[in-house]
Amino acid sequence: MTWLSSGFMSDVFLGITNGVLYGLIALSLVIVWRSTSILNFAQGAMAMFAAYVGMTMSSHGLNFWACFAIAIAAGFALGGLTERVLVRPLYKRPEINSIVVMVGFLGLLESAAAAIWSTAPRTLESPFSQIYFQHHGSTILLSPFALFQIIAALVIMTAVGAIFRYTNLGLQLRAAALAPEVARLLGVRVNRLLTFGWMLSSAAGVVAAVVISSSGSIGLSPTIMDGFFVFGFIAAAVGGLESPLGAVVAGLMIGLVQQFLQDYAPSGISSFAPVIILVVALMIRPQGLFSTTKARRV
Amino acid sequence: MISVSQLSVSFGAIHALTGVSFDAANGKITAILGANGAGKTTLLRTITGLEEAASGDITLDGESLLKKRTEDIARAGVGHVPEGRGVIAEFTVLENLRLGSLAAKVNFQEGIAEQFELFPVLGERRHQHAATLSGGERQMLAMARALIAKPTVLLLDEPSLGLAPLVTAEMMATISELCAKQNLTVLLVEQNAKSALKVAHDAVVLHLGKVVASASAQEVAGDERLRQYYLGLAEQ
Repeated sequence: MTWLSSGFMSDVFLGITNGVLYGLIALSLVIVWRSTSILNFAQGAMAMFAAYVGMTMSSHGLNFWACFAIAIAAGFALGGLTERVLVRPLYKRPEINSIVVMVGFLGLLESAAAAIWSTAPRTLESPFSQIYFQHHGSTILLSPFALFQIIAALVIMTAVGAIFRYTNLGLQLRAAALAPEVARLLGVRVNRLLTFGWMLSSAAGVVAAVVISSSGSIGLSPTIMDGFFVFGFIAAAVGGLESPLGAVVAGLMIGLVQQFLQDYAPSGISSFAPVIILVVALMIRPQGLFSTTKARRV
Repeated sequence: MISVSQLSVSFGAIHALTGVSFDAANGKITAILGANGAGKTTLLRTITGLEEAASGDITLDGESLLKKRTEDIARAGVGHVPEGRGVIAEFTVLENLRLGSLAAKVNFQEGIAEQFELFPVLGERRHQHAATLSGGERQMLAMARALIAKPTVLLLDEPSLGLAPLVTAEMMATISELCAKQNLTVLLVEQNAKSALKVAHDAVVLHLGKVVASASAQEVAGDERLRQYYLGLAEQ
């Protein structure tokens, strides 16, 4: 047995594997929240729907990567369409309106997916083996598929972070979110950027859904993203709804804590862990661990 | 030239502006004066499309601005430094300036070199967040951010608000210098009528949303009735 196959490292690998998915969903929520101050309760369902669109293409003979690309394109389109049709009329309305509309949209997407693709889980065959690595005769609880899952999530997170931090587009996106009126006075086409923010957020969520749909142990079904969304939502709240970094770190933290509790705490505790983390984190820092909202002065 | 003709703006039952008309000549500073609630800020916000006009028109070199969106008005060369400055506190000085340069597609490096020459303190604080700047520095940043886009018209809303008298004097001198050097058309909204009239070429006095005087700054400054009743200035 090597240190890589120890119980501790096994929990680390499994925790990270789940945590990156929570982080991705949390990141999607944060992108939308930062740009439009709307909590997109349909985030998971939108990702599921776009993943189904990609998966449908596999029955037409397209390989995994082509289906992946189509799912992301569908995510972009669905995000843009949702912002233009459903969300834009809500900007100047009370917050409760957006909550009701997005929860309704969640139900609509799940019902439509069940009607079109049935409720039976389906799997998109990935080119990565899901058999755990072996090292000197010991099993390391990490598979090529899990590595792909971690790398794909980290690539998306890094790319989104880099767009926001280093590009002119990111600067304008941040300005549109922080001070839309000032941004407009500087010639920034705020409406277009808000649409793009929704497209980007939706596509980021789709990566999580495609990974889940390729996992032999889970597969894709109309309601599969609901559980992941809850953990992603908790991660976003714990990290701070305005902090992309917070979303990623909190997602990983929840994945790891959940995994360690599953092994070392009495049975059933791990299911409650994210909620306990949320309550404790919000008691210590109500604005989220990484949020800078309190420091904001305009 | 910016021409405002018979402009009316209402917020529900409140008439913020009623039949406002005046011309702001190219390359000159036109001071918009009046007490609180006179409609000065509403006038600037309507010019840049942030408020909707009920009737009338606003034209820039003969082209109506009323049907245009705020971002298109900005791209047409109208810079607006709003009341309270509107710098983005979470952004650094450089990020605020970069944002100002993007839509205008100007050379950023040349632009910041010009602005740092005009406002040297911004160069020293280039990596600081705007939240950490003093009131005067924020005002400079707001102006530099508008100027980096090389506007032909600059709308300044209360640039002296909250500034010390010495800083206000420097700010007014800078505005005057900019106008002369860059042939900039400036609409200067000010409650501090004395400072504004010192640098302005023309002045429009608003009272409860109506124009009560539109003349050269010198004439307005010399009119005792205006000074006493509308500008809150003591007798000369």
